[in-house]
Amino acid sequence: MHTPASYLLTVVTFLPLFSVAALLVLRSDDHVWIRRIALAASVGEFAVSLLLLRGFDITDPAYQFPEYYNWIGSSIHYHLGVDGISLFLVLLTTFLTPLAILCSWKSIHEHVKGFFVCLLVIETAMIGVFVSLDLFLFFVFWEITLIPMYFIIGMWGHERRIYAAVKFILYTMFGSILMLVGILWLYHLTGTFDLPVIENMLSNSAPLPSTEGLLLFGAFFLAFAIKVPLFPLHTWLPDVHTEAPTAGSVILAGVMLKLGTYGMLRFCLPLFPAAAHKLAPFIAVMAIIGIVYGALVATVQHDLKRLVAYTSVSHLGFVVLGIFAFNAIAMQGAIYQMLNHGISTGALFLAVGMLYDRRHTHEISEFGGLATPMPVLMSLFLFVALSSLALPPLNGFIGEFLILIGTFAGHHSWAAWATSGAVLSAIYLLWAYQRVALGEVTVEKNKTLPDASLREKFILVTLAVTILFMGLASPYFMRPMEPSTNALLQQMNDQLQRPQNASLPPLPRTAGAPSVVLPAAMVERQARP
Amino acid sequence: MFMLNYMWIILALPILGAAVNGLFGKRLPKAAVNSVAIGSVALTFAAVCELVREFWYLPASQIPWVKSYYTWMVAGDYTAQAFHINFALQVDQLTVIMLLTVSFVGLLIHIYSIGYMEHEGGYYRYFSYLNLFMFFMLTLVMGANLAVMFVGWEGVGLCSYLLIGFWFHKKSATDAGKKAFITTRIGDLAFMVGILLAFWTFGSLTYSAMFQQAAKMTPDTMAHAGTLTAIAVLLFVGAIGKSAQLPLYVWLPDAMEGPTPVSALIHAATMVTAGVYMVARMNPVYSRAPIAMMLVAVVGGITAFYAATIALVQTDIKKVLAYSTISQLGYMFLGCGVGAYAAGIFHLMTHAFFKGLLFLTAGSVIHAMGGEQDMTKMGGLRKKIPITYWTMLIATLAIAGIPGFAGFFSKDEILEAAKSGPHASQWLWALGVAAAGLTSFYMFRLIFLTFFGKPRFDEHKVHVHESPWKMTIPLMILAFLSTFGGWVAAPRLAGGIDYFSRFLDPVFSSYAPSPVVSEAAATPGLSPVAQVLLALVGIPVILAVIGLLVAWWFYIKNPNAPKQLAQKLHGLYILLLNKYYVDELYLGAIVRPLLWLSTKVLWQFVDATVIDGAVNGTATVARETGGEVRELQSGNTRSYASWVAIGAVGFTMLLLAFIGWAVR
Repeated sequence: MHTPASYLLTVVTFLPLFSVAALLVLRSDDHVWIRRIALAASVGEFAVSLLLLRGFDITDPAYQFPEYYNWIGSSIHYHLGVDGISLFLVLLTTFLTPLAILCSWKSIHEHVKGFFVCLLVIETAMIGVFVSLDLFLFFVFWEITLIPMYFIIGMWGHERRIYAAVKFILYTMFGSILMLVGILWLYHLTGTFDLPVIENMLSNSAPLPSTEGLLLFGAFFLAFAIKVPLFPLHTWLPDVHTEAPTAGSVILAGVMLKLGTYGMLRFCLPLFPAAAHKLAPFIAVMAIIGIVYGALVATVQHDLKRLVAYTSVSHLGFVVLGIFAFNAIAMQGAIYQMLNHGISTGALFLAVGMLYDRRHTHEISEFGGLATPMPVLMSLFLFVALSSLALPPLNGFIGEFLILIGTFAGHHSWAAWATSGAVLSAIYLLWAYQRVALGEVTVEKNKTLPDASLREKFILVTLAVTILFMGLASPYFMRPMEPSTNALLQQMNDQLQRPQNASLPPLPRTAGAPSVVLPAAMVERQARP
Repeated sequence: MFMLNYMWIILALPILGAAVNGLFGKRLPKAAVNSVAIGSVALTFAAVCELVREFWYLPASQIPWVKSYYTWMVAGDYTAQAFHINFALQVDQLTVIMLLTVSFVGLLIHIYSIGYMEHEGGYYRYFSYLNLFMFFMLTLVMGANLAVMFVGWEGVGLCSYLLIGFWFHKKSATDAGKKAFITTRIGDLAFMVGILLAFWTFGSLTYSAMFQQAAKMTPDTMAHAGTLTAIAVLLFVGAIGKSAQLPLYVWLPDAMEGPTPVSALIHAATMVTAGVYMVARMNPVYSRAPIAMMLVAVVGGITAFYAATIALVQTDIKKVLAYSTISQLGYMFLGCGVGAYAAGIFHLMTHAFFKGLLFLTAGSVIHAMGGEQDMTKMGGLRKKIPITYWTMLIATLAIAGIPGFAGFFSKDEILEAAKSGPHASQWLWALGVAAAGLTSFYMFRLIFLTFFGKPRFDEHKVHVHESPWKMTIPLMILAFLSTFGGWVAAPRLAGGIDYFSRFLDPVFSSYAPSPVVSEAAATPGLSPVAQVLLALVGIPVILAVIGLLVAWWFYIKNPNAPKQLAQKLHGLYILLLNKYYVDELYLGAIVRPLLWLSTKVLWQFVDATVIDGAVNGTATVARETGGEVRELQSGNTRSYASWVAIGAVGFTMLLLAFIGWAVR
C-alpha cells in the first residue's frame, strides 16, 4: 500500500535533523565546513520539499502524502499530511532557512556549530508543526520550536538578550500550557489525539455545550494569538526582535509567527466553529486595532529593527482579520499574506541585519544618506519596503487586496478600517527609508561603508524575484489552496447550520478506548495488534 | 490586427527600457543610456500609432476592444461567487486619446531631458524612473478593469515619489516625495474601499461587466443617494488625491522639488490627470449618481478658483505653474462634473500640450539662469532666449484662453457646459469664469516678470544662454500643438460639429442613463458668423483680456504698483503668500497630534506601561531567571550545542511523561 512518495513528508520533516548529526561530527572550530554543510543541508532540504509540489493534487481538499502509524499506546499516532493550507507554509520554511543560514555566514563567530544546529532543529520542528495531524505530535513539535529559538536569542542575541529570551519563553509557554490543557480536554471528550478523527466526531455528534466550546476555543486561541501576536498580546515581539540575531528574526518573523495563524486555521476554526463565530467580531476588532496600533507605534520608533517588528503586528492583524472574516477569498488572501509577510518581512530583517553587520547598531539616527555609499543595498531595501507597503503589482498587494475584498463582503466597516493600514504602512516605511537612505551622509563612519557583497546581493535578489513572482503569478499559489479552504468553510457552515435538535450521538467523554468511526482509508491503515 | 492582439508590447517596451537602464545603466556610456531610454519610448509611440491605425478600422461592434492575457488573481468561494481578475487591456476612443497624449508628450519630454539632465549625476537612474513611469501610466490608461488600472495608479505614484526625490541629498526633495506619496495614498484609502464596494455591487471589476450591471440599476437621484453614489464618491476621493484637488492638493506644489521635465510630464501633463481619466472612464457610474457628479463639479470649480488665487502672488516660477496646474485640473473636473466628459478630456489633452510646454519653457528659463527659479530675480530675458520666450508666450496665450489657441476651445466647452449643459449651475460657471480671469493675470504676470523690464540679476555672473536644440525642438512641437491642438473642435463655434466630442461620443453615450442631449446647441436664430463672434467675445475671453491688461499695468506700466497693493491689502497678501496656511494647519491638526498619540500614548503608555505592566510579575521572574541563565552561560567552555540537545531531549521527555500520565 505504501508508495515511495508516502514517505516524503517524513523525509522533508526530518532531513534537517539528520543533517544535524553530520554537523555534530565536525570539530567545533571548523567553521568553514560547519557553514557549508549547514547550507548544503538546507538547500537540499528545499530541493526535496519541492517534490511536494510535484506530487500535490491541486483539486483534492484532503490531506495528502498521508503517513499514519501507531506511536504511543493506541491513542497517539504518528500522523502526517499536508493540504492546501499547509503546503506553501512548509515550502516557506524550507525556502527561508537557507537564506537565514546564508545571512549568518559572517555575523556569527562564536559557537558556530551550536547556532546552525539550532537553526536546523527549528526547521524540523516548524515543518513538523505544519504537517502534524495528531494533536500530541503537533504539541511536541510546537514545543520543540521554542527551545532552539530560546538559545538563539539568549546566546547569539544583542545586549539585553537574556531578558528577551526569557520574555519570549514565558509568553509563549503561558500559551502552550493553555493549549496543552485544551488538547487533553479534547482527548477526554473524544478519546483520541487524531485531528481528522476529532473533527469528524465533533461534527457528527451533539454539539458541545456553548461554555465548553468557548473555553476549548479560548485555550487554543490564546496560545495561537500570543504566537501571532495579536493585540494586546504583542509586547514580547518588539523586545525579542530587537535582541535576536538576524537569522533568529528572519525565522521568527518569517515562519514562527505563522504557526499561530496556521493554528487558528487548523484547529480553532474547524473544531469549534460555533465559538469561533461567536468571538469573531471581538477577534476582528483586536486584529484591526493591531493593524492601526502596530502601524502607528512603528512610525515613531527610533530603532530600525523594532520598527520592522511593529510592522509585523500590523501585517499579522491583516492575516487574522482575513481568517475570521469566514470568507473564502479573505481566507485564501490570509494564507497568501502569511507567505508574503514571511518573504517581505524576512527580507526587511535581512536588510536591517546587513546594516547591523556594518555598523553594529539599529538606531535610525546612526544612519542617514546610506544610498550614497551603498546604492544597491538601499535600492533592494526600498523594493522590499514597497512590497511590504502593498504596492501593486507586488505580492503584498495581492494578499491585502484579497483579504479586504473577502472581508468587505460581510463586514464593510472592518475592511474600511483595515484599509487605513495601507496608508500608515506607506508612512512608516517611507519615513524610515528616508531617514536611513536619503539625504546627506551624516555620520562620518557611514561614508566608507561597503555596498552589498555578492552573498548579500544573492540573498536579497532571490527574495526580490520571489516578491515580484508572487505578485504577478498569484494563481499558481492560490489554486492549490482553494479546495482546502473551501472545504474548511463548508465544514464550518455545515456545523453551524445543522439542526439543533438533531438526534446525534453524544461525545464519548471518556478516556477509555474510543469508539471512533474512522474514515475508511484510515481504518485500512490502522494496524492494531 | 497585430498590435491589437499584442497590446502588451506597448507596455513591454518602456519597462524593458527601465530595466536595462536601471540594472546596467551605471556601466553604460551616456549615449547608450539615451538610446535605450529614448528608443524605448519612441518605439512605444510608434506602437501606439500602429495600434490607433488598426483601431481605426475596427467595426463599432468590436469597441471597446478587450484582450485578456492571463489570470492575475483568483480566489474561490464555495458559494460560487468566485473572484477572478485577468490581466486584461482595452482600447476604446478614450484610451486612444490618452495613449496618444501620454506617449507623444512623454517622448518629447524624454528628448528634452537629454539636454536638461546632461550634467546631472545619476543620469541612468533618472531615465530608468522615467521609463518606468511611462510603463505605469500606459498601464493605467490601458487596463480593462479597475484592478489593472490600480496597478498603474499606484505605480505612477511610486515613480512620482522616486522622481520628486531624485536629488535625494536634498532633504526638501525627499520630504516632498514622501509627502506626495503619502497624501495620494490617503486618497487611495477611499479609492480602495470604492473598488471593494464596486466589486460587491457589480460582481466584477471589469469595466464592461461593471457598466452593464450599472446600466441595469436604478439611477440614484439628488434626493436618494444609494450604492452608486457611494462608489462614485469613494473613487472620486482617490482622484482628489491623485489629481491634487481640495483638500489633498498640498503635495503638488512641493513636488516641484523634482527635476523640471518631471514636473512637466508627471505633475502637469499626465499623472495628475489620472483622476480625470478615471472619472471619465467610470462615467456610467457617475452619470447615475447626481450627488457625486455635483461633488465632482463643486470640488473642481472651487479648486480652479482657489488655486488660481494662490498663484497670483507666488514668486517661484515653478510654484506658479504648480498652482496653475491644480487650477486647470479643477476645470477638468468641473467639466466632467457637469456631464461634459468629452470637454474635460479635451481640456486634459490641450492642457498636456500647453502646461507641458509651460513647464519645459520654465525649465529652459531656469537652465538659462543657472538654476534660479525666483521670478523677482529675472527680467528682460526676451531677447536673450527668444525661442523660449516665444514658445512660452504661445503656451500662455493658450492657457489664458485667448481665442485661436488650444486652451480657448477646451476651456470654452467646459464653461459652456457649466452654463447651459444638462447639469448647469450659474455659480460654478461664475467660479470658472472668475478663475479664467485670474489665470490670465498670473500667467501674464509670469511672462512680464520673466521676460520684460530690466534684468534684476547680475549680468556678469549669470550667463544667460538659449538651450540646446534637444530642448528647443520639443518646445516648438508643443507650441505648434498648443496653437492648433484645439482646432478639431472649432466648427462647434459656428454651430457645426465638434470632432473631438464626436470621436469620444461612444464612450460616454453607450451607458448613459438617458439619451444624451446633443452638444449644447448654439443659440438658435443667429447666423454662423454671428455665433462665432459671440463666442470670441464671450465673457471668459473678455476677462482673460482684462487679466492680461491688469498684469501689464501692474508689471510693465507701474512696476511699483504690486508692492503698494500688497501693503494696502497686507492681510490678504500674506494669506495668499502663505497659501492660506493649509500646510501649517495639517501639520498642527493632524500630523503632530498623531505622532504625539503614537509616541506618548500608544507606545510609551499602552505598550510599555499598561500591557507590559500587566505582566509585571512575570517580568520580575524573567529578570531573576535571566540572572541564573547568565551564570550558566558564563565560564562555560563546553559546546552549547550539547546544552541545546540536552534541553530539547529533557523537555520532551518531561512532556512525554506528563502526557503519558495524563493519558493513562
